[in-house]
Amino acid sequence: MSMHKPNILMTEFKDSFLTAWQLLAASDARLSGIVLLSLRVSLAATVIACVAGMPIGALLAVGRFPGRRVLIVLFNGLMGLPPVVVGLLVYLLLSRAGPLGGYGLLFSPTAMVIAQAVLVTPIVAALTRQVIADEWSEYREQLRSLGASRTRAAATLLWDGRFSLSTAALAGFGRAIAEVGAVMIVGGNIDGVTRVMTTTIALETSKGDLPLALALGFILIVVVLAINAVAYAVRGWAERRWG
Amino acid sequence: MITRRLFCSALAACGLLAATASLAQERFITVSSTTSTEQSGLFGHLLPVFEKSSGIKVRVVALGTGQALDMARRGDADVVFVHDKAAEEKFVAEGFGVKRQEVMYNDFIVIGPKADPAKAAGKDILEGLRRIEAAKAPFVSRGDKSGTHAAELRYWKAAGVDLDKAKGPWYRDTGSGMGPALNTAASMNAYILADRGTWLSFKNRGDLGIIVEGDTKLFNQYGVILVNPAKHPHVKQADGQKFIDWVVSAEGQKAIADYKIGGEQLFFPNARR
Repeated sequence: MSMHKPNILMTEFKDSFLTAWQLLAASDARLSGIVLLSLRVSLAATVIACVAGMPIGALLAVGRFPGRRVLIVLFNGLMGLPPVVVGLLVYLLLSRAGPLGGYGLLFSPTAMVIAQAVLVTPIVAALTRQVIADEWSEYREQLRSLGASRTRAAATLLWDGRFSLSTAALAGFGRAIAEVGAVMIVGGNIDGVTRVMTTTIALETSKGDLPLALALGFILIVVVLAINAVAYAVRGWAERRWG
Repeated sequence: MITRRLFCSALAACGLLAATASLAQERFITVSSTTSTEQSGLFGHLLPVFEKSSGIKVRVVALGTGQALDMARRGDADVVFVHDKAAEEKFVAEGFGVKRQEVMYNDFIVIGPKADPAKAAGKDILEGLRRIEAAKAPFVSRGDKSGTHAAELRYWKAAGVDLDKAKGPWYRDTGSGMGPALNTAASMNAYILADRGTWLSFKNRGDLGIIVEGDTKLFNQYGVILVNPAKHPHVKQADGQKFIDWVVSAEGQKAIADYKIGGEQLFFPNARR
């Protein structure tokens, strides 16, 4: 039995690779719709998380105010926030019976963006804090001598560390596009409306179509790798040009 | 410089949000339903027919029956389409639903290892369950308050098996949907109660096959209910009612009967008009 298992696994992998390749080659319209929705939702969530999380991270790095250490630990801890819990909280907020129910946002891509933004903001904030704290210890005296306030210093360091901070953004994006728990609950996995890559993979697994589920997994990995490659190239180009 | 950058990012975020929000402008209703109707492919066959004739898009959120009714109680659905008569009648009696209408039925089957170590095969569901329990053969339960889970518990009770006492390592409470539970049963070579629709469209069968089928007790009735606009004023009453009227109409009932997998009909329309 155990002797045959690796062979079965190899065949399944091969089947899934083939399926993935066929899906890509046929550029299936439904599949590209799902991939595009995944990208749109997770990119929007990442942008929001960066706008909110990077200033928070920078202020935590250079600021001096009561409760700062508690906040640092809090944001570090929130990096491990379980997606289902975020999904459930956002669901209860956006549900018709909830405080924001009147907007009717539940089961829409907007709801998914909100949930992922909540999930990813602590990650961006915590990683930003680390990057800026390192810079702060290096340039502190210099900035001080120029008479910069702490807020001003935080802003300067954010701009100065923009290339390193791209890693924080990518980490956030990676988390957003990979999670299934939150988007499943607040999106509802509605065909053609809120179905994204991860919820499709979960659905095909439920249907027992494991080769197709794995094939979709391969495609998701390829998409994420491609995004990271583009980001890396852009960063290199920008650094040479403006760095 | 920083503020300009933040401003641009914020603008981009708003743009993306607006782009995603613009999707929501079409005419649609939200239906909370069960995994069996969605995963068996019935909705994939049925809804395009309705959408074409009515111009109303139907957005299906597929959950277990218990969860689907809870979602409707919160006002997050316009119509529920589920299969647990007792729970549905309670839902209507509580005032959350307007009226329950019967739509169609399919049947439950007991799936198990083809070798049938518990000798449970046959037409009698209660005898089959008694034998599984007597042999302490592995049995996978949905355990998720779904319609199928509720039916399973009713059958154990009718078979005279007191689950609280009989439960042991042989009885696996998985708390999962029909598909995942079938995946678990396939990997453990265990018995499981399933609806025929999901089983027919299920691919990862392993060594499992149908063990018990054909008992009239295994009849599984589906009902459809409009969520009460008196409780939730935003419910799309007119469009939701249109969907219900269509599902029980001659045209809708025919579309249900037409859905087949491998030549086998999955759902049998039986709406009373």
